[in-house]
Amino acid sequence: MTVTVKIPAQLRGATGGEDELEVEGATVGEALDAVFDQHDGLRQRITEDGGLRRFVNVYVSGEDIRFKDGLETELDDGDEVQILPAVAGG
Amino acid sequence: MALEGLRCKECGAAYALDARYVCEECFGPLEVAYDHSGLDPDEARRRIQAGSAGIWRYADFLPFAERPPSWRHSLEPGLTPLVRADRLARELGLGEVWIKNDAANPTHSFKDRVVTVAITKARELGFDTVACASTGNLANAVAAHAAACSLRSFVFVPADLEEQKLLATSVYGTRLVGIRGSYDDVNRLCTELCEARPWAFVNVNLRPYYAEGSKTLAYETIEQLGWQLPDRIVCPIASGSLFTRIGRAIREWIELGLVEGRVPTFNGAQAAGCSPVAEAFSHGWDACRPQRPDTIAKSLAIGDPADGPYALDLARRTGGGVDSVSDEEIRAGIRLLAETTGIFTETAGGVTVAALARLAERRAIDPTERVVVCITGEGLKTLDATRDSFAIAEIDPTIEAFEVEVEATSPLPVGAR
Repeated sequence: MTVTVKIPAQLRGATGGEDELEVEGATVGEALDAVFDQHDGLRQRITEDGGLRRFVNVYVSGEDIRFKDGLETELDDGDEVQILPAVAGG
Repeated sequence: MALEGLRCKECGAAYALDARYVCEECFGPLEVAYDHSGLDPDEARRRIQAGSAGIWRYADFLPFAERPPSWRHSLEPGLTPLVRADRLARELGLGEVWIKNDAANPTHSFKDRVVTVAITKARELGFDTVACASTGNLANAVAAHAAACSLRSFVFVPADLEEQKLLATSVYGTRLVGIRGSYDDVNRLCTELCEARPWAFVNVNLRPYYAEGSKTLAYETIEQLGWQLPDRIVCPIASGSLFTRIGRAIREWIELGLVEGRVPTFNGAQAAGCSPVAEAFSHGWDACRPQRPDTIAKSLAIGDPADGPYALDLARRTGGGVDSVSDEEIRAGIRLLAETTGIFTETAGGVTVAALARLAERRAIDPTERVVVCITGEGLKTLDATRDSFAIAEIDPTIEAFEVEVEATSPLPVGAR
């Protein structure tokens, strides 16, 4: 599957300023790994012990992946994977 | 006293005091760091007591290096009543209970505190437009305070909010936007918009400053108790920001010598229909699993609480806990508080009183304890929760009708002596 991963402003220092990346991946985890392959600095910023850090939210087409299968959530061609900070609101 | 800057709560990375809220190193939340070295506690107390009758009396502990009076807009929240609730205590078999009635703020909730700080910071940073993602009370406060200091405002709320909260927002002339979705959808949209618009979102890019405003509720409580600490605090949890900042404020003042004693036991209160923090607490998790809210306590309906991990930590470290209560208990809590104290609170207050009742029922509170209950909002904003909960005695205009149909069936108030 070819999907678009949207990078929040706070992480663009690690992507050379790019705000979205097109990558291949059958699941969210695979898509993120593909992003990390291109920009290794991102991996340590948002992951810890193989999982996402606790203040990182990931959405597929607007839906929080924790309501789906987390990093195992399957992707369709053209899906939009969005990384956002989890520290807003309230 | 000096402001040091913003600091990541997770990794300690330092940032300048501008409109940012996320650590670029680890994605953790940022908070304001102060340097209080050399602070004389007696002098600090004197400065407070000589200050204005509102939150600015605590200016030494708020995130401003300089505060020209023109930045202080006119609504002046804070110094809300701390009321001793002996009848409520008796009814629940408790010793000393105090109600911190934050419904007595300009827009009738504790949100006036955080918004005053955030909007003052927004003006300092040169923003001309403010915005927020709100479950209702924040919407009222942002709209009002923006009107008070001539800023344009956009207020984003779930479209199915209580009518009273929509009315009490739109009246101030804000641009009110109802989102088809939950608060968490509203919050996600605002997080995205925050990147794309040069606006001050009070609880997104200004959240580190906004959160500081909550500390004033704790400072006031300590001052109103005669510079003493309570043994226990019962407080609602939505995002966990208020709950955790009350904890931070108390630790800060103990460390600085403004008050003596130990950090109180912290009990959080959530509605069963939106209880991610209570769920994580009871399962021993250190992070919350998001939920899809379904509760009458809409002001607490945050399914993905930003400060959830810190709220869990505070409750555990102080030997407290997080309870969740049913909609029926929420209605009963509103009624119990009103009948025993004369304070009419919204559903969030019903949640808090119901959690207090739960703690009392399972004898978790020692009768010698001094308990402070944070009532964060006003009952007139959530009228649906009390609608149909009472009967009007409709009679003919005669003394006989009154005696037979009313007087004979009227008991003394709950807990009266």
